[in-house]
Amino acid sequence: MTLANEQNGSVVGPDERLKKVSTLTAILRRPELGAVAGLVLVTIFFFVTANPAMFTLAGVMNFMAPAAQLGILAIGAALLMIGGEFDLSIGSMVAFAGLVFGTALVVWQGPLSVAILVAIAFAVFIGITNAQLTMRTGLPSFIVTLAFLFILRGLTLVGLKWASGGATQLRGMKGAVAGSPLAPLFSGDAFPGLFTWLAEAGIIDTFPNGTPRVPGIPVEILWFVAIALLATWILLRTRFGNWIFASGGDPRAARKSGVPVARVKTTLFVVTALCATLVAILTVLDAGSTDARRGFQKEFEAIIAAVIGGCLLTGGYGSAIGAFFGSIVFGMVLIGLTYTSIDQDWYLVFLGGMLLTAVVFNNVIRKRVTGER
Amino acid sequence: MSTSQTPLVEVRNLVKHFGSVIALNGVSMSVNRNEVLCLLGDNGAGKSTLINTLAGVHKPTSGDFLVEGQPRLFSGPRDALDAGIATVYQDLAMIPLMSVTRNFFMGREPVIGFGPFKRMNMDEADNVTRDEMHKIGIDVRDPQQAVGTLSGGERQCVAIARAVYFGAKVLILDEPTSALGVAQTSMVLKYINQVRAKGLGVIFITHNVRHAYAVGNRFTVLNRGKTLGTYAKNEIGIDELQNLMAGGKELQSLSEELGGTI
Ligand SMILES: Nc1ncnc2c1ncn2[C@@H]1O[C@H](COP(=O)(O)OP(=O)(O)O)[C@@H](O)[C@H]1O
Ligand SMILES: [Mg+2]
Repeated sequence: MTLANEQNGSVVGPDERLKKVSTLTAILRRPELGAVAGLVLVTIFFFVTANPAMFTLAGVMNFMAPAAQLGILAIGAALLMIGGEFDLSIGSMVAFAGLVFGTALVVWQGPLSVAILVAIAFAVFIGITNAQLTMRTGLPSFIVTLAFLFILRGLTLVGLKWASGGATQLRGMKGAVAGSPLAPLFSGDAFPGLFTWLAEAGIIDTFPNGTPRVPGIPVEILWFVAIALLATWILLRTRFGNWIFASGGDPRAARKSGVPVARVKTTLFVVTALCATLVAILTVLDAGSTDARRGFQKEFEAIIAAVIGGCLLTGGYGSAIGAFFGSIVFGMVLIGLTYTSIDQDWYLVFLGGMLLTAVVFNNVIRKRVTGER
Repeated sequence: MSTSQTPLVEVRNLVKHFGSVIALNGVSMSVNRNEVLCLLGDNGAGKSTLINTLAGVHKPTSGDFLVEGQPRLFSGPRDALDAGIATVYQDLAMIPLMSVTRNFFMGREPVIGFGPFKRMNMDEADNVTRDEMHKIGIDVRDPQQAVGTLSGGERQCVAIARAVYFGAKVLILDEPTSALGVAQTSMVLKYINQVRAKGLGVIFITHNVRHAYAVGNRFTVLNRGKTLGTYAKNEIGIDELQNLMAGGKELQSLSEELGGTI
C-alpha cells in the first residue's frame, strides 16, 4: 500500500507528493482521529461477535440512548477540558439537578417550564461557584470540583430525605408533567408519525400488530446530536471557540493577547453544569423519579469519553465531535456485550484499557503534530 | 523631536511591587508620535515589568499613567489593545498547540455574519496571516500549522507581525530580535522605522547598542527599578550609550580583558 503510493508519487512528480503528505498531516492533525478509529474497531468487533440484532434499528437505538446521556455530559466536559479545567462534580450535579427539578415539580407543584428554569438557575449558580473558587484561589479545578463532588452528592441525599419525608427517592414526575406542552422536548420519542409511516410502508420492522418496533427517535439522541454539532461549530468556527483553545493552551499568553480568560472559563463551568442539568431533566422525566445515586461516577466516564475524543489532560487541545464518537464507543460496549456471550463485567476492564490507550495515543499525536521537542 | 506635544503614553514615578519584591521604584518615561524610544538597562532592571504595566498585564502599585494626556488604568491587556497599544512580549505570548492563524488573531478575531451566526472569518484570517508573514520575510507553508512546529525565530516573527498589524498608536517590542537571524533582524529594524514613519510611537527594548542607535530617537535607561536618565540621540554617543546600557558599569576594562571583542 505505502509502497504503491510512493511509486505513484515519484511518477507524478514532487508537487503531487507534497500535497498527499499534507492531506495526510491534515487528517492526523484532527484530534478526533483516535475516537473514530476506536469506533470503527468496536463496530467491527461487535459485527463479528454479537448477535445481529444489535445492528437493527431497535438495537442501534438501544445503545445510542445511554451513549446520548453520557455524551451530553462528555461534550460539556470536553469543552471545559479544552479550556484547561476539569469538573469532577458533573456526576453529582446530575443528582443535585434532579433533586432541584423534582422538588420544583412534585413538592412545589410548579409547571414544567418553571421547574426547568429553577434547575437552570441552580446550575448557573453552581457553575459560577466552581469557576470563581477555582480562579480566586488559584487551586487546580480538579481539587475544587472534587470537593463539590461530595458536597453536591451529600446535599442531594439530605435534600431528598427532606423533600420525600425520609426516603432517598422522589417520585411522581410523570404525572406532574402530563399534558405540558414542553414535555415532548424532554421525554419520549420524536417523529412518531414518520416512524408509523415507515412501518406502514414496510421500510422498518413492525410488531405483529403493525405498530413499529421503534416508535421514534428518543429525544435524548436528538439533544446529543444537536449539542455535538453546536459545540463543534463553536469550537472550530467562532471567536469564542478560539478563546477556549487559547485559555486552555496557555492562560497567561491568552490574557496577554486580549482573551478574557476568566470570562471564558466561567462560561465553560456553567455550560458543564447545564449539560448535567439537561441530562438530569431527560433521565428524571424518562424514569418518572429521581434518586440519590443518579449520575454516580458519570464524571469519570465523561472525562474518559472526552479523552478518547482527543482531549489532552493539559488543556488547549481536543474536539467536541471526538467526545461524541467517544461516547458512542461507550454506549456500544456497554450494551453490545449483552448481545454477546461475553461476561458484562468486562466493561470495566474495557473502560480502563480504552483510557490508557487513548492517553498514550493522544500524547504521541500531540508530539507529532506540534513538533514538541 | 519636539517636546511640546502630548506624549502618546507617559508614566511618572511608576512603582510596582510584587509582594515584597520592588520591581519598579519610581520610573518616568514617555513616548511621542513619530518617535522610537529605546528602553535600555541590564537584566533585571525592570524593563519587562515596565512594558507589562504599559500593556495592561500588571496594575501599577502607584504612580501616574497617562494615555494621550488622560489618566488611564487598564483593567487588562484587552483594554490596552483597544486603546491601540500592541506589544511583542519577551515570552511572545504564543500558544504552541494552536495554528499560526489562530495565534495571529487570538483575542482580535475577524468575524462575519449576524447575531448568533457570527463566525470567524477563517479565509481572511489565513490570507492576512500569510501576507503579513511574507512581508516580514517568512514564508509560511501552511497558516494552519501549529506554532509549536515553528523555530524560535519564526515564532518571534509571528509575534512581531501580529503586533505591527494590530498596533494602531503604540508598538512595544520587548527584546524582539533575540532569536532572529541577520536578515530577519534587519527586517525588524526596518519595520520599526516604517511604523514610526506612519506616526506611531515605538518602545523598543534591546541589548544590542548598535540596533538601538540605528533606530532610536531617544534613550531611557533603567537601573534597579529606577530611571537613570533620558537622552536624545544628539546628546549621546554610541560608546557612552553602551556604558549606560550596562547600568553605568565601565565596560572598557572588561572589554580589554577579553581582547577588545565586545
Ligand atoms: N511576577 C513577578 N513576581 C515577582 N518578581 C518579579 C515578577 N516579575 C518581575 N519580577 C522581578 O522584577 C525584577 C525586574 O524584572 P524584569 O522587568 O523582567 O527585568 P528586565 O526585563 O529588565 O530584565 C526582577 O528582579 C524580577 O525578578
Ligand atoms: Mg525582560
